[in-house]
Amino acid sequence: MSHTSPSHADYNYTVIRQFAIATVILGIVGMAVGVFIAAQLYWPSLNFDTPWLTFSRLRPLHTNAVIFGFGTSALFATSYYVVQRTCQVRLFSDKLAAFTFYGWMAIIASAVITLPLGFTSSKEYAELEWPIDIAIAIVWVAYAINFFGTLMKRKTSHIYVANWFYGGFILVVAILHIVNSAAVPVSWLKSYSAYAGATDAMVQWWYGHNAVGFLLTAGFLGMMYYFVPKQAERPVYSYRLSIVHFWALVALYIWAGSHHLHYTALPDWTQTVGMVMSVILFAPSWGGMINGIMTLSGAWHKLRTDPILRFLIVSLSFYGMSTFEGPMMSIKTVNALSHYTDWTVGHVHSGALGWVAMVSVGALYHMIPRLYGNTRMYSKSLINTHFWLATIGTVLYIVAMWISGVMQGLMWSAVNADGTLTYSFVESVEASMPFYLMRTIGGAFFLFGMFIMLYNVIKTITAPKGSLIEEEA
Amino acid sequence: MDYGTFRGIVTVGMLILFIGIYAWAYSSRRKKSFDEAANLVFADEQPKQTNKDQEKSTHE
Repeated sequence: MSHTSPSHADYNYTVIRQFAIATVILGIVGMAVGVFIAAQLYWPSLNFDTPWLTFSRLRPLHTNAVIFGFGTSALFATSYYVVQRTCQVRLFSDKLAAFTFYGWMAIIASAVITLPLGFTSSKEYAELEWPIDIAIAIVWVAYAINFFGTLMKRKTSHIYVANWFYGGFILVVAILHIVNSAAVPVSWLKSYSAYAGATDAMVQWWYGHNAVGFLLTAGFLGMMYYFVPKQAERPVYSYRLSIVHFWALVALYIWAGSHHLHYTALPDWTQTVGMVMSVILFAPSWGGMINGIMTLSGAWHKLRTDPILRFLIVSLSFYGMSTFEGPMMSIKTVNALSHYTDWTVGHVHSGALGWVAMVSVGALYHMIPRLYGNTRMYSKSLINTHFWLATIGTVLYIVAMWISGVMQGLMWSAVNADGTLTYSFVESVEASMPFYLMRTIGGAFFLFGMFIMLYNVIKTITAPKGSLIEEEA
Repeated sequence: MDYGTFRGIVTVGMLILFIGIYAWAYSSRRKKSFDEAANLVFADEQPKQTNKDQEKSTHE
């Protein structure tokens, strides 16, 4: 086999290095904005009476920076890495690869400028105005051509399952983005959605939930299916299960979006479809989680010594937890309590911090030294420190939001004997204050871990080639 | 054909499709090629002996 696989010099690592470093830096930027707006909820004067520092403008900056800056850069980096190494060929086109990097960074830069200035289409997770939307579509098509082009010229007979998940993510995100961003421009930075009323809401949450399902889930599952076996040094627990996992996940996710619109003007049956599909979605989600975690079966002891593996496996535990929580919250009676409360915010962050960020961090710690001619990071103990900061930070965050959210739900729906509301809204805000502080501290823990990662990454990429080699166990 | 019948047919069709995917994925004939596929993750590593030589020739 060795004579057929290309040497590492044949792979395009340049674009992967660029995206990997962008992931760390944009992660710090996005999470720092997150900690800042979390602090604003506790200390409202932190907006300094400046329009572009208000929560309403910085919150979309936070979500765009972490989802499209941090998360999507991690997906670009790892997908380019995995597709080359499992297909044993160089990327389809180096020029297109460079175009996707510089194009994507230009899009992130334009988001950082336009969102604080208040230019927004007001669609959640799709706030960017139409010229930027067009740029996203063009870069994404270039990405798709490069990824599928690489698959087509592969030297292996199989397309490894990670590439199926990456391919599904690339394809569906293109469709979602183009359909949901359809708009009528009235000026260079103002447009109106092509859809009206309840239809617009449905299209928006069809997009919104599938951004979760395909960008933040399928893409990162692709990451999981390569980096967990690789780091555990054993093949995935069940390849068969991974195939069933893929088809069940992509067939179900697309229907679940309407659970974001329970008890709204959306037709009742549409809400019920969303609820039922969300509950069924529990099965493939846990199938995938079990497949990832069981890959370690017979090698559990590695968790004691390998903090990278710990990142990957704990990320799967958070994935399992939030994909249990999600179907439960989509049940209408539960949703009557949880909707519009901090519980939703906690749920999102158990997925975003616990799953998406931690699996990405684990993958980066595996990948970055290998991109620079080494096999291990500069400091293992700093990875361990980062692991504990990230885990404690995530737990603090989601526990605070659980308590706050359930309390808000109960306070908002409490009524007196004569039918009047027991609490005014501001009383529930007051009751939430301690938990807003706790959430800010949790977020700060997570952010601090990212700074430690940045230091470790800088030391690793500046180390001489071949100086950081893992000793044989 | 009315809409209800159409939906029924689509549902049965999806059920058969998924049973087909299960049968295909879990058939013993596929086992060997799936094992090969699962090991693709490790096929990208260089053999131990040639590691040093290749590192010398690696350039970027």
